[in-house]
Amino acid sequence: MRQEKRKSDIIISSVIKVCGYSSILFVGLILIFLLREGLPALKDVAFSTLFSVRWYPIEGYFGILPLILGTLLVTISATLIALPFGIGTALYMSEVAPRWIKEVLKPVVEILAGIPSVVLGFIGILVLVPFFRKFLDLPTGLTAFTGAILLGLISIPTIVSVAEDALNNVPPAYRQAGLALGATRWQTIWGVTLPAAKTGVLTAVMLGIGRSLGETMAVMMVTGNAPVLPTQIYALFRPVRTMTATIASEMGEVATGSQHYQVLFLIGILLFVFSLVINIVASAVSTRQRKRSERVLS
Amino acid sequence: MSTNSQNNPKGKIAEIMGFNLLRLVTLLTVLPILGLIVFIIIKGAPALSIEFLTTPPSNGMRDGGILPAIIGTLYLTLGTAIFSVPLGVAAGIYISEYAEDNRLTRLIRIAIINLAGIPSVVYGLFGLGLFVLFLKFGTSILSASLTLSIMTLPVIISTTEEALRSVPNSFRVVSTSLGASRWQTIWKIVLPQGLPGIITGIILGLERAAGETAPILFTGATFFLPQLPHSPLDATMALPYHIFVISTQIPGMPVKIQYGTVLVLLIFVLGMNLIATLIRSRARSKRQW
Repeated sequence: MRQEKRKSDIIISSVIKVCGYSSILFVGLILIFLLREGLPALKDVAFSTLFSVRWYPIEGYFGILPLILGTLLVTISATLIALPFGIGTALYMSEVAPRWIKEVLKPVVEILAGIPSVVLGFIGILVLVPFFRKFLDLPTGLTAFTGAILLGLISIPTIVSVAEDALNNVPPAYRQAGLALGATRWQTIWGVTLPAAKTGVLTAVMLGIGRSLGETMAVMMVTGNAPVLPTQIYALFRPVRTMTATIASEMGEVATGSQHYQVLFLIGILLFVFSLVINIVASAVSTRQRKRSERVLS
Repeated sequence: MSTNSQNNPKGKIAEIMGFNLLRLVTLLTVLPILGLIVFIIIKGAPALSIEFLTTPPSNGMRDGGILPAIIGTLYLTLGTAIFSVPLGVAAGIYISEYAEDNRLTRLIRIAIINLAGIPSVVYGLFGLGLFVLFLKFGTSILSASLTLSIMTLPVIISTTEEALRSVPNSFRVVSTSLGASRWQTIWKIVLPQGLPGIITGIILGLERAAGETAPILFTGATFFLPQLPHSPLDATMALPYHIFVISTQIPGMPVKIQYGTVLVLLIFVLGMNLIATLIRSRARSKRQW
């Protein structure tokens, strides 16, 4: 009986162990299959072609610079738009709001996180795009700016929840010390709480950037999909094309194994690497901070 | 506090203004969300009818209903659950109950964080490379479900781990001291206590999978299907992809059908969200420790 019990225990434990390791396996598999399909592009397509400014695959122009800069333009603008709202909401929820308001706000932010991006893209097309065309007097409302607004909205829940966690993790003693020294609650927020939660807030911003960078449907639907190199500031109000949108809109039409196909996978590899870097840095920053605060408090 | 305001009237004014600024910013964040939901409900509700929900599209999507897309999304969500729930929950149990604090565990954590951060369209590429082409599952419900499962995995793993971690250690100690094995302790004591949290996590993960478009674009979604899919190896219509199609690919699409379809997806997804929230808050109020 006892023997039996121990045996089943060992079997189940090892099954669970294997499942535990599965995430490593999947990250590895993803990397392997991206490389397998995408790396040949580096051999078949000249470097000078890849890093040129013209993306016109039908005639063999595979310049990915406009796509990278398009992603950069939209992501940075989106983050700048989302930051004040995200951090402001997090500060309000964690430092100012009474408990019941907090209980109401939390699900609302979660609802935003749950709205599929294709729905936001749809609203973008039907509401934002015509509005911006009229309001800003543009030839088309399908612009980088429209995309940035939607992306900002999409990254807000990430920023709010991570930043709010960071603020909540600041020990109450910090705030009490600030108040005891005669600071107002407002001064305590800016002088004590926010600086103490600095790295957590930074992590929130980075994860928000990661969210914008990888978003596909909403961006594809409202940015006009023109692979033009954005060089001037008014490029924000012109159509643009991101890396994600390029993959999503062109992969369906290419022949498997063609140069075009390989380059699309190469763009996927770049996206994978970008998100890898952002996430590893974000998590490294927050673990280091946690260790330091544990040391300070002990 | 009152002495503060007497000694420091300027600071008090700054505080009032600052707090109002934060209130305003929060309002500007929250109102568009609620406005959006109300707007879609008002615009979409007139389209909803039994016929809309139970007939396939006709006349090049411009008439008829969205039945194949609804069924397709149900299949994909179910398929995702079949693969991701057992694997994700087991992985969460491993990290919370078995893993020691060593290099391997740190590697697993980094892997989970990265899985959570990989762009959805990259999952689509991966699914195309592995499931559709290499394993030859083709553009199918199976390929799309497997792709969505891996994308959903990090959500389920992290919430399972969190739920199990919140079970007090004394529960485990007592159970073990009564002679239960490690697995018996987990199965009979820890898991039931953490169950509401785990279910919440599963629903939130599946909710995300149900609403995703990019991962299924080249792994399982198809433009139009006159009848319902027969096997897991068939391609399928799906609500999110259908919304993309009818809002960008078809000229002269009636707005009513567009908003109706969006509303159906929103009800599906936010309904899951609501259920998850209810389970969580009920479990919290019933908790005895």
